[in-house]
Amino acid sequence: MIRRFAIALILFVLAAPATIAQGGSLTVPDSVAAGSAFSIHTSGSGQGTLYIVGLGQVIKRDVQLGDAAFIAEGSLHNAGQYLVILTGNGPTETQTLAVTPAAQPADLTFLAKPSRLPVGLHDGITGAVYVFDAYGNLITAPVPVNFELSSPSEPAQTRTVITQDGAAWTEMNSTAHQGSDKFVAHVGSVASTRIVGQVPGDPCGLQMTASPADQRKVKLATAPVRDCNGNAVPDGTIVTFTEAYGNSQSTVDVPIKRGVAEVEMPAHPGAVISVASGVVMGNQIHWERP
Amino acid sequence: MARALLVYGLVLGAGIAAGQGAAAGQATVRVAPSRLQGPHVLAEQTEQGAIRDYLEAWKAMRAALDQNQPGLLNVDFVGTAKDKLTETIHEQAAAGIHTQYRDRAHNLQIIFYSPEGLSIELIDTVDYDVQVFDHDHSVSTKQIHARYVVLLTPAEVRWRVRVLQAE
Repeated sequence: MIRRFAIALILFVLAAPATIAQGGSLTVPDSVAAGSAFSIHTSGSGQGTLYIVGLGQVIKRDVQLGDAAFIAEGSLHNAGQYLVILTGNGPTETQTLAVTPAAQPADLTFLAKPSRLPVGLHDGITGAVYVFDAYGNLITAPVPVNFELSSPSEPAQTRTVITQDGAAWTEMNSTAHQGSDKFVAHVGSVASTRIVGQVPGDPCGLQMTASPADQRKVKLATAPVRDCNGNAVPDGTIVTFTEAYGNSQSTVDVPIKRGVAEVEMPAHPGAVISVASGVVMGNQIHWERP
Repeated sequence: MARALLVYGLVLGAGIAAGQGAAAGQATVRVAPSRLQGPHVLAEQTEQGAIRDYLEAWKAMRAALDQNQPGLLNVDFVGTAKDKLTETIHEQAAAGIHTQYRDRAHNLQIIFYSPEGLSIELIDTVDYDVQVFDHDHSVSTKQIHARYVVLLTPAEVRWRVRVLQAE
């Protein structure tokens, strides 16, 4: 009897520390994808508190030590580094957990510039993309981004760029014809579109003719003003006519109307008349009495 | 290297001059030369300004998370980063938690300046301590070494943090 009591006492003494000090311990995955379901396994017995603490989120819940704490799908969705802390009736245990962005792109930030530019500019259009998952996490794993600049009149320009730390960029040429082009960035099934307005460039091959308006005036008129790609330069663009005679010079700025610029200037025999638009020079005419 | 050291000196000087707390003043800041993808040239003043504002954002974030005051984020954060930190602070407050982040070292490198000049991406390998309090009772303290990806966007007079994400 005494022997049985002694054995029982020894077993109790051996078992007691394990029972009293059965605070929790944690088994935490090294990393999980944002929004995915996972479990944190605890050991021990009794009640404890589980904390998941990071810059992106905080979760606190009571747990039964010895059971698994189930983190439901969508619960922990912000990527980052987290502390997983378990407190109970024993020592606190702390581990780290990395939440990585979900693999599937769901959103793009697409920065395109400019929104309007002249036709025919090499690398004149730039686009930069940041790729995000459904929870707004920047996807830092490499992802191919397809850029496409399309216009109604020309074959589309395409580029495929792999993201580095979530970012990708490209340059495109503006097309030869004026109009609105679509600049699209695709990542998988996610796309973002910007409209890039392409306007005619500077006048090219500016030409004028001169004819008598009356006895005292000469009528000057340009041919339809176009850029080097044949696009009509917009009405309102200023054309400058200059007449030099003797030591005098007269200058008249005229806006293009219906594609041409016209003006009447004094008819000085021997005058030299020139035409220009901005820095683009046109032809010269030596005016003589007709 | 000389440029990196120069920037380091300026940034650290700016941090101290701005009256950062003791923890921030002691934080080591190293700036590696930029490893830029993209056609945009990054002016030295722009680089210094972005880094200065980013370190200021850490200061604001520390205070906001310690005091559970999301309003402290308004100057330095915008967009996703601000939304997520604000939500975290609300969750902390609801759970009776506050956290102290003490950054000990920042190793910074700017890796992308978008062509239109509207965003800067940098990598910050940070060493910091996190102490978690539950109703002012310290629950746990842990040293963290993490690589942060940061997106900054320009506001009127400063760069603001739009994405702050550890890997």
